[in-house]
Amino acid sequence: MSKAIKKVIAEFLQEEADVNKDIVVLCSDSRGSGGLGPYAEAHKEQFVEVGIAEQNLVGISAGLAACGKRPFAVSPASFLSTRSMEQVKVDVAYSHTNVKLIGISGGVSYGALGMTHHSATDIADMASIPGLRVYFPSDQYLAKELMKVLARDEEPAYIRIGRNAVADVYEDGKVGFTMDKAVTVKEGTDLTIIACGEVVYEAKKAAEALEKEGRSVRVLDMYCLKPLDEEAVCRAARETKAILTVEEHTKYGGLGSLVAQVTAAQAPTKVRSLTLPDAPVVTGKTAEIFHHYGLDAEGIAKAARELL
Amino acid sequence: MEQQELRSLQKKAVAIRREIVTMIHQAGTGHIGGDLSVTDILVDLYYKQMNVSPEQQKNPERDRFILSKGHSVEALYAVLADKGYFPKEELETYAQYGSKFIGHPNNKIPGIEVNSGSLGHGLSVGVGMALAARMDGRGYRTYVVMGDGECAEGSVWEAAMAGGHYKLDNLTAFVDRNRLQISGTTEEVMTQDSAEERWAAFGWNVLSIPGNDLAAIDDAVDLAKRTKGKPTVIIANTTKGCGVSFIENQVAWHHKVPTDEQYQKALEELAAKEASL
Repeated sequence: MSKAIKKVIAEFLQEEADVNKDIVVLCSDSRGSGGLGPYAEAHKEQFVEVGIAEQNLVGISAGLAACGKRPFAVSPASFLSTRSMEQVKVDVAYSHTNVKLIGISGGVSYGALGMTHHSATDIADMASIPGLRVYFPSDQYLAKELMKVLARDEEPAYIRIGRNAVADVYEDGKVGFTMDKAVTVKEGTDLTIIACGEVVYEAKKAAEALEKEGRSVRVLDMYCLKPLDEEAVCRAARETKAILTVEEHTKYGGLGSLVAQVTAAQAPTKVRSLTLPDAPVVTGKTAEIFHHYGLDAEGIAKAARELL
Repeated sequence: MEQQELRSLQKKAVAIRREIVTMIHQAGTGHIGGDLSVTDILVDLYYKQMNVSPEQQKNPERDRFILSKGHSVEALYAVLADKGYFPKEELETYAQYGSKFIGHPNNKIPGIEVNSGSLGHGLSVGVGMALAARMDGRGYRTYVVMGDGECAEGSVWEAAMAGGHYKLDNLTAFVDRNRLQISGTTEEVMTQDSAEERWAAFGWNVLSIPGNDLAAIDDAVDLAKRTKGKPTVIIANTTKGCGVSFIENQVAWHHKVPTDEQYQKALEELAAKEASL
């Protein structure tokens, strides 16, 4: 099965807004892209349209939060993480306002629309801000578990999701979710693949293919980029022979960097990272782009074999 | 406003100016010109108009204040200390190693709602606060004070657009129109005239007043409270450095620090002003 994570989030917010009048969703002319049309209709009093103005989106959200509301600012990840970065830094993280920033259509999910619409640096951008948590859920079930926690906690966070339907990594009710702990998608002893976001599914498929070749591969879903689950990284470093990281992000300040920083200091091991290039990406659909840069199951399995 | 009350506010403004020049002289840092131009606005809001006090910092009905031109923090510190949000002696640590009193507003300090310093942020946050009041059916008002140089920031106009669009009559903005910024006059650096026409075009009720005149400020705030269906911006035509003759209207005094001699002269001028009231 598969489902777009934005739909899961929109449905969750609609239910949550029924019981919690402090929930407010804000969009920057992005209610359609966010699948929030039905929410906006059902909860007119808990919805704010700011127009195409991402700085204002985040500033207004901070003001709402400072007065006790629980704002969810929903805007394309490319614009939310860079155009409004200073508002995120100052009005959200520094002022410590409980704003949840939902970066939709993240990574390369806008495909042929090009670099203006891709967010390939948002882990680096958002994780570098003191006091801001960063999450990249991998599928509908994990996203739902994450939202349940985020809707009720008191700290700001950035959540990046893709635009398109993503295949299920987990079965309904069997995510094994603990907040801020990596989920072990598959146990293994030869190699650990650590992935985040949509490529977790690709990592899982790669590990299954490698299993058939007699390789025992562990797969960790590191949906929590910040705070990173350092214990899971260290266990992987100690219990398996090498680590392969996979992310829909450039290599600078992304998952690979964060993992290598932990292993270098606490549990030295070989780490190789599969990332998007430090350049505008090739034109294509998500699957084509993933394949081009070796971020699909085939490319991940190939890199894993080389590492082993 | 009664004459007696006006005199009392005017004396308070002199006392706050004395604290500002003292704080900056002692610390060797601060934005003295803008502090002195915005002082009367802060005095009217904190001592006359706003429903705020140290006792009701958690009261959801308290009025909200944002100093978007955060570099004028010394003026705000002086007011908050005088209002009893924290002991005045704590201000002696201003800008010193390890002090919580930094050169821009920080909400770790009692009485400060949100952090500012990077210009062009406060009005958006104020729009959010005003929307929250409307959603919750609360009667508090939100006040945002900006600088005129700050209005070159595009984000100010995103917020102005939203304030007009949502007809936020519970939101009052000030522009401290002292006509100077760090590099020269606002009109040399980036044209701000006509501020009045610009804000009106964004759907705001615009009041243009002599901005160091406490009676005029107070009347304008009263009028803003009575205005329905649109937010109000008060273009406060101020004098940068107001109250100390050699600092007034001098570009160089954006953030210059008075020497010992200049400090004494400033105190003498302020004492003379106080005696005249």
